[in-house]
Amino acid sequence: MNEKGNFEPKIVGFLCNWCAYAGADLAGVSRIQYAPNIRIIRVMCSGRVDPVFILEAFKDGADAVLVAGCHLPSDCHYINGNYKAQARVALLKKVLENFGIEPERLRLEWVSASEGDKFANIMNDMVEQIKRLGPNPMKKDGGKIS
Amino acid sequence: MAEVKVGAVLVVGGGVAGIQAALDLADSGFKVYLLDQSPSIGGVMARLDKTFPTNDCSMCILAPKLVATGRHPNINLITKGELIELNGKAGNFEARVRKQSRYINESKCNGCGLCAQKCPIEAVDTFNENLSSRSAIYVDYPQAVPLKFTIDREKCIGCRTCQEICKTKAIEYDQQDSETVLKIGSIILAPGFEPFDATQKSEYGYGRYLNVVTSLEFERILSASGPYGGLVLRSSDGEIPKKIAFIQCVGSRDAQIGNNYCSAACCMYGIKEAIIAKEHVPIKLSCSIFYIDIRSYGKEFDDYYSRAQEEYNIRFVRSRPARITEDPRTNNLYLHYVEDGDPRIEEFDMVVLSIGMQAPKNVETLAKVLGIQLNGYNFCQTSVFSPVETSKPGIFVCGAFAAPKDIPESVAQASGAAAKAIAVIASERGKEIVEKEYKPERDVSQEEPRIGVFVCHCGINIGGVVNVLEVVEYVKKLSNVAYAEANLYTCSQDTQGIIRERIEEHDLNRVIVASCTPRTHEPLFRETVQEAGLNPYLFEMVNIRDQCSWVHMHQPKEATGKAKELVRSVIAKARLLKPLKKPIIKVTPIGLVLGGGVSGMTAALELAKQGFEIHLVEREKRLGGHLRQIRYMLEGRNPAEYLALLIEEVMKNKKIRIHLNAEVTEVNGFVGNFKSKISYDNGEEKEVENGIVIIATGATEYKPVEYLYGKSSGVMTQRELEEKLAEGEFKAETVVMIQCIGARTEAQPNCARICCGEALKNALKIKEIYPETEVYVLYKDMRSYGFKEDYYREASAKGVLFINYTDDKKPKVTNKNGKLEITFWEPIINEEITLEPDVIALSVATIPNPDNKRTAEMVKVPLTKDGFFLEAHMKLRPVDFQTDGIFLCGMAHSPKFVDESLAQACAAAARAGTIICKKTLEMEGAIAHVDENFCGGCRICENLCPYRAIEMKEKDGEVTAHIIEALCKGCGICGAACPTKAITMGHFTNEEIMAQVKATLLEEVKA
Repeated sequence: MNEKGNFEPKIVGFLCNWCAYAGADLAGVSRIQYAPNIRIIRVMCSGRVDPVFILEAFKDGADAVLVAGCHLPSDCHYINGNYKAQARVALLKKVLENFGIEPERLRLEWVSASEGDKFANIMNDMVEQIKRLGPNPMKKDGGKIS
Repeated sequence: MAEVKVGAVLVVGGGVAGIQAALDLADSGFKVYLLDQSPSIGGVMARLDKTFPTNDCSMCILAPKLVATGRHPNINLITKGELIELNGKAGNFEARVRKQSRYINESKCNGCGLCAQKCPIEAVDTFNENLSSRSAIYVDYPQAVPLKFTIDREKCIGCRTCQEICKTKAIEYDQQDSETVLKIGSIILAPGFEPFDATQKSEYGYGRYLNVVTSLEFERILSASGPYGGLVLRSSDGEIPKKIAFIQCVGSRDAQIGNNYCSAACCMYGIKEAIIAKEHVPIKLSCSIFYIDIRSYGKEFDDYYSRAQEEYNIRFVRSRPARITEDPRTNNLYLHYVEDGDPRIEEFDMVVLSIGMQAPKNVETLAKVLGIQLNGYNFCQTSVFSPVETSKPGIFVCGAFAAPKDIPESVAQASGAAAKAIAVIASERGKEIVEKEYKPERDVSQEEPRIGVFVCHCGINIGGVVNVLEVVEYVKKLSNVAYAEANLYTCSQDTQGIIRERIEEHDLNRVIVASCTPRTHEPLFRETVQEAGLNPYLFEMVNIRDQCSWVHMHQPKEATGKAKELVRSVIAKARLLKPLKKPIIKVTPIGLVLGGGVSGMTAALELAKQGFEIHLVEREKRLGGHLRQIRYMLEGRNPAEYLALLIEEVMKNKKIRIHLNAEVTEVNGFVGNFKSKISYDNGEEKEVENGIVIIATGATEYKPVEYLYGKSSGVMTQRELEEKLAEGEFKAETVVMIQCIGARTEAQPNCARICCGEALKNALKIKEIYPETEVYVLYKDMRSYGFKEDYYREASAKGVLFINYTDDKKPKVTNKNGKLEITFWEPIINEEITLEPDVIALSVATIPNPDNKRTAEMVKVPLTKDGFFLEAHMKLRPVDFQTDGIFLCGMAHSPKFVDESLAQACAAAARAGTIICKKTLEMEGAIAHVDENFCGGCRICENLCPYRAIEMKEKDGEVTAHIIEALCKGCGICGAACPTKAITMGHFTNEEIMAQVKATLLEEVKA
């Protein structure tokens, strides 16, 4: 399983209710097919995503984490939560690197309610990228968490 | 006998204006019938890709309003409907409405869409401007409200495939048209506009040349949900264009076709489409806009125009192209036009025609049925001092039907029309509406979680891919799951009954539905559990349709596995769910209006007509404001007469307390519960309690330093010229007017909107009284938008000469021995001209009130970088602030004409009325809480909160954070940042989300 490209990555996605989650809904309504690797957790705002949630996901074996919110500068339903998510993700990438987790495993994207195709493309792209990267290095012993 | 009135309103037209009016009325306690000809509401805005000047996604900002309208218990949607007869009078009308059959039983159709997938027929998709196809059974767009399908009987072959496949038996081939009679007190007309038919301009080849498209078609092409998925492609060969031309004023400012007026929004949407096209096309795309005048006259629109030139390198060509020809081999287009006096021919890959707005189709019939007057262009006749009133009492108008306009002005007018419609029937508030009562809530705090899971087949939408029964069996094994079952349609009426029964039978204290999206269906299920005595926050939803069956259609095993994991993760969250109380706050039914000009007086008066007490605070010693100095109106009405009547009405109204020589110096508290201080010039102070605040503090005039103003008596402002004209002190053989003084400059980059109209007004007045006087107007762009274009045309016809100047060739004014001399460049003859005018009139800008900064800090609302007040949302919340309970109107918002200020003032009154008409306000329950024991008082949350909902309080020497419940919107930004985790975000607690993350990734380990 540890061989690169030969495993199915697990991706946890934190999606804001107003734009990104709605974009994922539109992918559904438009029947855009994408890789089934993401598990979406809905939050009201991307600014709600506490770095602790992301660390927990990596600790529990997620191969990648997506944080997706409303487009900059002004689509955010809560004025500027997206900027806060942006700042946190940027910092957290540095922290992850220190833990030996490739920062590419954490991704921040802006997806609007009319971008079903963009959401699907992100999913496919992430899955390919993480397959190349291999499983979460925190996972030991053939993908199982120690 | 007392007149019988009806507390219900008919809104004709379900575009963004009609929707806004309906929501304001329904939120104010009136029943609304919202009538639309289409199968769904949303109008033109639903078809737009982005909106200027913020480039917000149109659907993202409209969809919440669509959903709110569709779900509102007091809004009755009548789609595919038409008004055919009207009787009665203001306060008590009877409207006969015909509803066309959609051949679908609306109460049975749940919008699952199976029928459309199986339908064998292909028809052109009119929603996508005929650029793609749909089936004969269809909805206009995926987010449509109501989400009910329609059979296009012209295309349907009657194969009955849909009838066989429909699990809810909603197809009714023999359904007939029906008629109903509605009893209503007032009517709002918002039928919108008809896009100009570009085939009428045959010289542009639309309809013959495949690569000539209309701006509306181009919106769909740009849209991610449009025919090409957001890629900009040519219709002829599917290639990405490299060079696009936009032609402005197609079907506007065109006497040949009879549309003399300006369509008011096209310049901005043309610029927007060019910008978005450049963003969407991956390669280098060149965009050229061919225009007569760029009319970016709205709030911060010139900033947008500048960005288009500087950041996006969009080329602007001042020319109206004569014709287009096509190269038949490449389908490329040749634009024939004249620039700087030279004829040119230029090749483009694609041409977009910025089509104008026309009066809606069949509007004469509607006008006849209603008995209202239309203007010369078949738009609704209104007047400058009553911009939302039709010629018939009790019938009001808003949006593009009153005059071509953009979205924010339509929205403001819609709220304004709502205020007027309410005033007719204010006494009937609350009489026609329903208020739901629930049984008392069960206390589950001592109970172990007992979770019920309902997994939906959604016909075969989910069940056709996901093995629903396997999911049910799987979740039954998870801890705390007391019950699980599968339903054909979990959202159907009978299943709601089943869910309530199961809650009783199995003592369920948490409910999960695994079906579609909570964004549309969560409110329904929350209501169901509430009816069964559970707190609505004990409900959770899992989306196994949009996230499983519909996006992994060919991977049933993976889709089923994913569905199980998603339900498992939400079960983990559900175990920890806590009942939440929606905070109830009381409301002081009193308004506070800052500013006694025409906006402030109108807002105060409209609220007083609704029965509310108002404090109207004016700094000067008398009411009237800016309008006092206006002697004439462009439209020919007498402003002094109007103002005198308005002041009298305000002074006579017993509900309005007028505070003159006074200022508001403190506003504390929050929506519904403000405490404010009024300070008088004589040093006295007064405390008042108020539920809302309206800011109507106006603007001021730029004091020119240019062109010898103040140094030469012949140089004056337009206002001073107007005064001289009115007093008979005017004497001049030659007058030169110079536009854009103090506006569109580096210091104040935006347009001041009204100066072009003021110049036209004075020019026409001079020509009326002194026809021999020569008048020159030196302008950058003549921005006589909407029907004001008629006056521009009239002035030209009367011999007023309009000469364009640019910033690099500004006119020069000198004083030679007491004689004024002006030199300017005349671009048509390409020569410098020198005149010796008697009067030089400067069209000076309206600039922000210098007190705005202080006022903004006092009520805690933002200003734009120009210094005007910044509303909650430039497009859809033009008179609201992000801070609830505070509203805005008139020139404090941005420069505007009197009719626009009046509409906005009515709008502010309507919006404020939705708050103070309620005894109490129910706030969101899922908000933040602070555990004082853990709070270290670090203030991180206080600074992060976008709503200033966190205040620091000191107790026993310790400072801790406190949430002001009425201000918290539940975004959770504070919770994510709190270093001691003292903040809990209701319904999205750290524990809940952490449990969800764990359960997403890890199988449950049974103890």
